[in-house]
Formats: sequence, structure tokens, C-alpha cells
Amino acid sequence: MPDFCGIELAHPVLNASGTYDAIAARRVFGDEILDDFPFSAFVSKTITPEPRAGNAPRRIWETPAGMINSIGLPNKGLEGFLAEDLPQLAQLPVPLIVSVMATNREEFSRLVREVGERDEVVALELNVSCPNVHSGLIVGEQPTETEALLEALRPLTQKPLIVKLTPNVANPEAVALAAEEGGADAVSLINTLKASAIDPATGEPAIAAGHGGLSGPAVRPIALQQLRAVRAAVELPLVGMGGIASGADAGEFLAAGATLVAVGTESFRDPRAGARIANDLETAMSRGPSRVEALHLD
Amino acid sequence: MSLAPFGRRACEVTANVASGGYRIFSLRDREGPAPAPGQFYMLAAERSWGKGGGRPYLPRAISVAEAVPATEGVRLDFLVEGVGPGTDRLCDLEAGERVWVTGPLGNSFSTPREVNPEAAGAILVGGGIGIAPMAIWRRHLVERGIPLRVLLGFRNEAHSGGLNELFCAGGSLCPDIRLASEDGHAGHQGYVTDLLATMLAGDDAASAVVYSCGPPAMLEAVRALCGEHCVASELAMESPMACGFGACFGCAVPKPDGGYIRLCVDGPIVRGDAVLEVAHA
Repeated sequence: MPDFCGIELAHPVLNASGTYDAIAARRVFGDEILDDFPFSAFVSKTITPEPRAGNAPRRIWETPAGMINSIGLPNKGLEGFLAEDLPQLAQLPVPLIVSVMATNREEFSRLVREVGERDEVVALELNVSCPNVHSGLIVGEQPTETEALLEALRPLTQKPLIVKLTPNVANPEAVALAAEEGGADAVSLINTLKASAIDPATGEPAIAAGHGGLSGPAVRPIALQQLRAVRAAVELPLVGMGGIASGADAGEFLAAGATLVAVGTESFRDPRAGARIANDLETAMSRGPSRVEALHLD
Repeated sequence: MSLAPFGRRACEVTANVASGGYRIFSLRDREGPAPAPGQFYMLAAERSWGKGGGRPYLPRAISVAEAVPATEGVRLDFLVEGVGPGTDRLCDLEAGERVWVTGPLGNSFSTPREVNPEAAGAILVGGGIGIAPMAIWRRHLVERGIPLRVLLGFRNEAHSGGLNELFCAGGSLCPDIRLASEDGHAGHQGYVTDLLATMLAGDDAASAVVYSCGPPAMLEAVRALCGEHCVASELAMESPMACGFGACFGCAVPKPDGGYIRLCVDGPIVRGDAVLEVAHA
């Protein structure tokens, strides 16, 4: 039973924010999903202060062992989320972590205060990969911006604050260290890698927005190295993710120092991937001292 | 519509035959319910999926063409054209191998009376590979005694797969079906929407509901024609889709009043007046 920031979880596998809509999945698969929920905690899609429709299609493009997406954070906004989605997410059989994002400190503060005070929510994840409207800088790309944001948000809630790091920087460990010094309780990584593709039928960018973020097994070795670098820099618990598709993959992230792992794109291919990976991990760990070795023997 | 079992399951391929440039393969689904007409499945071959340069990687969304009760479970038939690494691999499926299946997914067609209480019958318009969901829908309507006409269009003979297997009885085309082909090899020479335009100009067209599936340009022509004639329509649409169950938000289709629907959970069957326009090149 992993303990994560004081939250007791049944196993170490979460979903990556934005890769699983538990409300839609319940519509599609029915209440069977509640009996056998694939994740030990559920991370919501990112909530922003105001509603967002998301980006114009085309939004996704398959690449070798992965995909590029530019979805654009469609969500109902804070009010809509609290009124419509939160009561439904509270019916899930696992703790709820809510991901939030805003473009200035005042709005970020409002999100953290209003989401943080809800009993249904055990922790918040801060998506810091958007530009700051005042400085124009992407918060999560700048250690000083990240530390200042955390210092502002830390006093607003008692609940754990998880900072989701972007991999699109030279030194993610410097941003992780800044998050730690600003008062974060945990760090999660990686978000998607900036990427693009050309549609051979048109010669134009395949994604309407021009570029998007790469995910899937193609990014796994990069994610693992960023996790190792961050592990060496901070004491905080880490949520590792990036192309995890099997128990063996998850074991690598745990061996490299992650407390928890998250599954994203693999859930698109297998809606129960989280449960499969958690089961494989448990079987392997019950077998012997080296969990990674045991997993690779399968 | 039918609810999907939670998760993916491995189903055995029982047949795969060539048909007019396309392939029709069949799966034995022991666990899932019978799909409703218009629903789709996410499919990926169990082996050699992603072995050639890492693609295909994601499962492919394919509409079911026919579903027949079998000794063990349901036999699902799919009509596919190899147009990329995913559909190429599905075309190569061999009897005895297994396919990862998630579904049935999405919503299904509504009967003419459900769409319009005054409706007297149905007009089905299928084009190319899009004749697949028209086949299972046609059978359901016939079984319920609902009057219907079926219009099917093809580019040429190499894109006429499924016609014999899905729309013929006793070796000849069912009598309610009319054909159009762009090269004139069968039926009217031209577009299937030419046939629809003529039909909608007739007296009794206003009491029909039009159901359609086909290439985006054809669907847009159907949507526009139905709009002009104030005839209700249901379109079976397609959009790039990674998951099929509302998780990836990739399959966004613009709504007339702004914003988007997710085609996997809000479709794939969409009322003609509920989409802005069917995007096409």
C-alpha cells in the first residue's frame, strides 16, 4: 500500500491528467467500471477558471510508437466543474486529485482555494505548462516563476500540491528544485514533448494547431532519464509517467525513484491498462527483491 | 445502443474474404452484446500491431457491417479498405488469429418515427466503404417492416466491395436498392447524391428520414440536400480517434452553435442539423 503525501493508495498506478474521462467512460462501459476501477487515485482533466472549447481539429496524429495531440484543455471551467463534474467524480471508488491551470497568479489562487476546500478532493496537481499573461514566460519553464507561484499558492490549502513538470526544458531538475523550495509536496513528470508531423496528403502540418505534444512508448526513455535527474535533485515524492504500457515499464520508473506511476496513452489502447499494469507489478513484487528483473522475466 | 463490456477482449478471426477491392473479415465475439446499427468497435491485431516501424500503434475505429448470433456469442463482420498501416494490417488478418476488441461503442441510428413522428419511411445513402453501417441498419429496418429505399454509390468496381455480400439475396441485388457509379460500371453514372436529389424532389420525400455514411464530401452533400428540402437526416461520421470511449478528446467535430462534440461518445451518428458542416478536402 503506497503512501503518497499521507494519502494511502491501493497500488502505485494513477492515470495521467487529461487521458481518462471517468464520467464518459462510465457512460460507455456502465457501472462495471466502478467495481474494477483501473487506477488507485483519479486525476481529473485540467480545470481552468473559465470554460474552454478546446482546439480546432485536427487534434491527434499517430506516430511511430506514439501519438501527437493538441487538444487545448477543453473543460467546463471552475463553476461548471464544481457543479456538474465534481459530484460525479466523487462517486468513483478512489481518491480524487484535481488538475488546475491558470494564466495569472490571482486566477491560480482562486482555483486552488475553491477546489482545495472541497472535501471530495484529496490533492491538487498544478499544470504549469501555460504562459503567464503578465510575464509572457511559461511558468514551468522558469525556476523563478515556478518558485514564486508555489510560494503564493502554498498558504491557500492544507492539501498536497503536486507540480506537473514540462519536459521541454534543458534542466527539469532545476524547476523541480524550485517547486520543492516553493513548498510543493510532490512532482509529477513528464508532460508531453513538443512535436510536429506533416500530413503527406497535404504537405501541411498534420495537427491544425501546427504542433502538439508527443506521448506513448516513443517518449519512455526520455521520461525515465528526466525522472532520474529530478530524483537526484529533490527529496519530494515523484509521480513518474511517459509511455508506460506494461508492468515492466512501470517497474523501471519505480526503480529509478518514482513513488507512483501514471498511465496515459496506453489507456487509449486498453481501457483497463491501469489495472493490468498494477496487477503485473504486484505479481512481480511478490516474487522477489528486484522488481524490475522479475518483471522482465515474464 | 448496447453497452460495451469494460476493457478490451481478444476475439478470434473466423474468416477474411476479398470483395470488390475491399476485405470483409469476421470475428467471434463471445463476451460482448449484439451491437446496435451504427455502433463501432476499436480494433487492433493482437500480434504484429506496431512491429513495422512502430505503426500501427493506436487501435482503429471500424463500424460494424453485420452482426449475427452464432453458436458461441456473436459473429461480427467488418468491411475494410487498406489505406494505411492499421487498415492494411486488418486486411491481412488470418482465420485463427486474434484481434483486440473494445466495444460496441458510440450511439446508434434512430428509427424514422423516433426522428420525426410523422415519418413514413427511410432513405439510406451509402458511399464506398461507408455502405457498411447501411447494411446492418437496412436489415433492422426490413425486419421491422419499415418502408425504405437504399442508394449506394461507388467510385469504380475496385471500390465496390461488400455489395454482393451485404446487399444481395439469392444472387441478385435486393429490390429496394439503386446504384450509382462514377465510372458508370453499374447503375446511374455519377454520384449517389444525384439519385438522392431526384428522390428528395419527389412528393413523398418530406415524410422520409435520410440515413447516410460515406466519404466526407458525400456526407456534406447529403447534409446540404436534406437541409434544402427540410428532410431530417442522421449521418454516420468519421473523425481521427485514439480511444473510442471519450478519453482522448481527439475526435472533435464542430457544433453549429460553437464548441465541439466528441464523435466517439456523442456520435458517431449525428443529426444533420447538429453539425456545422462535414469537413472535407
